[in-house]
Amino acid sequence: MATTQSRTLAKIMLFPSVTLLLAWMIVPLCMTLYFSFLDYNLLMPGDNEFIGLLNYEFFLTDPAFIESFFNTLLLVGGVLFITIGGGIGLAILLDQAIWGRNYVRIMVLAPFFVMPTVSALVWKNMFMNPVNGLFAHFAEFIGVAPVDFFAELPLFSIIIIVSWQWLPFATLILLTAIQSLDREQLEAADLDGAGPFSKFFYIVLPHLSRAVTAVILIETIFLLSIFAEILVTTSGGPGYASTNITYLIYTQSLLQFDVGGGSAGGIVAVIIANIVAIFLMRLIGKNLEG
Amino acid sequence: MGSITLKQVTKNFDEVNVIKPLDLHIRDGEFIVFVGPSGCGKSTLLRMIAGLEDTTSGSIDIDGEDATNMPPAKRGLAMVFQSYALYPHMSVRNNIAFPLKRAKVAPAVIEEKIEKAASMLNLTDYLDRKPGQLSGGQRQRVAIGRAIVRQPSAFLFDEPLSNLDASLRVNMRLEISQLHKSLATTMIYVTHDQVEAMTMADRIAVFNGGIIEQVGTPLELYQKPINRFVAGFIGSPKMNFIDVTPQGDDATCSLGVRPEHFKITEAKGLWTGKVGVIEHLGSETFLHVHVEGIGTLTVKADGDSPVSYGDVINLTAAQDKIMHFDAAGVTIPSLSWGETSAA
Repeated sequence: MATTQSRTLAKIMLFPSVTLLLAWMIVPLCMTLYFSFLDYNLLMPGDNEFIGLLNYEFFLTDPAFIESFFNTLLLVGGVLFITIGGGIGLAILLDQAIWGRNYVRIMVLAPFFVMPTVSALVWKNMFMNPVNGLFAHFAEFIGVAPVDFFAELPLFSIIIIVSWQWLPFATLILLTAIQSLDREQLEAADLDGAGPFSKFFYIVLPHLSRAVTAVILIETIFLLSIFAEILVTTSGGPGYASTNITYLIYTQSLLQFDVGGGSAGGIVAVIIANIVAIFLMRLIGKNLEG
Repeated sequence: MGSITLKQVTKNFDEVNVIKPLDLHIRDGEFIVFVGPSGCGKSTLLRMIAGLEDTTSGSIDIDGEDATNMPPAKRGLAMVFQSYALYPHMSVRNNIAFPLKRAKVAPAVIEEKIEKAASMLNLTDYLDRKPGQLSGGQRQRVAIGRAIVRQPSAFLFDEPLSNLDASLRVNMRLEISQLHKSLATTMIYVTHDQVEAMTMADRIAVFNGGIIEQVGTPLELYQKPINRFVAGFIGSPKMNFIDVTPQGDDATCSLGVRPEHFKITEAKGLWTGKVGVIEHLGSETFLHVHVEGIGTLTVKADGDSPVSYGDVINLTAAQDKIMHFDAAGVTIPSLSWGETSAA
């Protein structure tokens, strides 16, 4: 790609796919933006009048919005906390020379391959069910009242389910990062008199910082749009206790048939996602440089 | 402080035996170099002394104390690795301070020691940089600095110069030698480069296939190698070996002549050959001479040697410079340098 000719050629060759991708993104975005300014409800066919920012006003002043906004942050933050903490722990364990290590590694990855709806249902019916669930049986066994997870701790339950799904991903990324750590550094630390904790905090953890950054960025993108797990377990309830922004938009546009309001919510979600992205890049993006 | 004694030390990796029973005494304050081809066990032995590898059998004593099963940090040794093994996210200052902080040394003392080490190694201007912003030679010096501040009883170097380019290597060689003179601490240095071994060592241990072939001063090894392997390994370019048939009492199976011991003569000498490739180094010239029935001999001639490609020359060598080896490749001292001078 050195000569002018080959660079020009490359631009021409890239043009169709770039155009297609751009159109793929721009067209729906513009349509959503357009709908968000209309009084567009499927239950009331009519002119779809232009109503300015009224949809936004309704969406942003809805008490459910504030609640679901914080639910979203809690969900993302909680899952990140659990998956990164647990992922580092598991990665260190899996890095040890244990018998059958390769099989254990494959097993650890398994939850990632289970579809979100399926794993949420498994958790709902087999673990967290207050009558037949494993946790209920365990609670009975030790003689305490079983917890009705989805009624009493709805958001926490969803955080647990989603964490279970994303733990393998974090573990995998962090494990490969640990394996790329120069063994001579650890040996040097041994000679320098560093114990296991010193080695972890001064050598391993700083080495993992880039991988942790990558995990945070990638997981955040997906965790902002958690939907299936909420739909099949709590349906956002009780009240709005486990509704996040994504789910709120769904209830607006598909349960209340309010396309205009849903579109306004969608645009708000896009803006929130971008704000989060900018924050993250500012906060930890510098770890990815160099 | 700093004598190390190895007694019948062996090492197996699973079933494979990499170090055969081996005895070695390293004196306090000496610079000893382990040299040998790759895979000869020299690095493994160094790592065993450091405590990074278990000792299969035998014992390692440091300063008269049995250290065979001691953890690395307790042995009071410092090691400089081939990859330097600097901590990449820490500044040079923190890299050097790391062992001191782990030993809970007072901050003021740490600062003082860092300043001292940095000025000794010309690192003062780089203390706040990260290792990634330094050149290879500077990184090497940081690794040495990290070793120095602990005031170890011995330094272990594992091929520390092999990642540097040739001219830097010569400089660092000098710096390490000077460091040894000024600190007067025991140093064990592993290398596969016999030039490094010859130039730096007080004593050299030549390794081959998990055993020590010979231990001695550089000149001892050069003048009185005990077998063909040591003779061929020490000295550059390599010694020439000439196979001969044993006659009567003389059990000599091969002769060894170093390139610098050949003389080019007008009169017919011991060998006659045709000059092939000529390498001019300015101060000296290496001739590759094809001798009928023997093969190619490397001959060192003067820098302004008039010989040119295709010339036929006569070669000879002083009788006391020719090594004699028996069928097993062991040097026959009486023929090689005479019994009397063998002491």
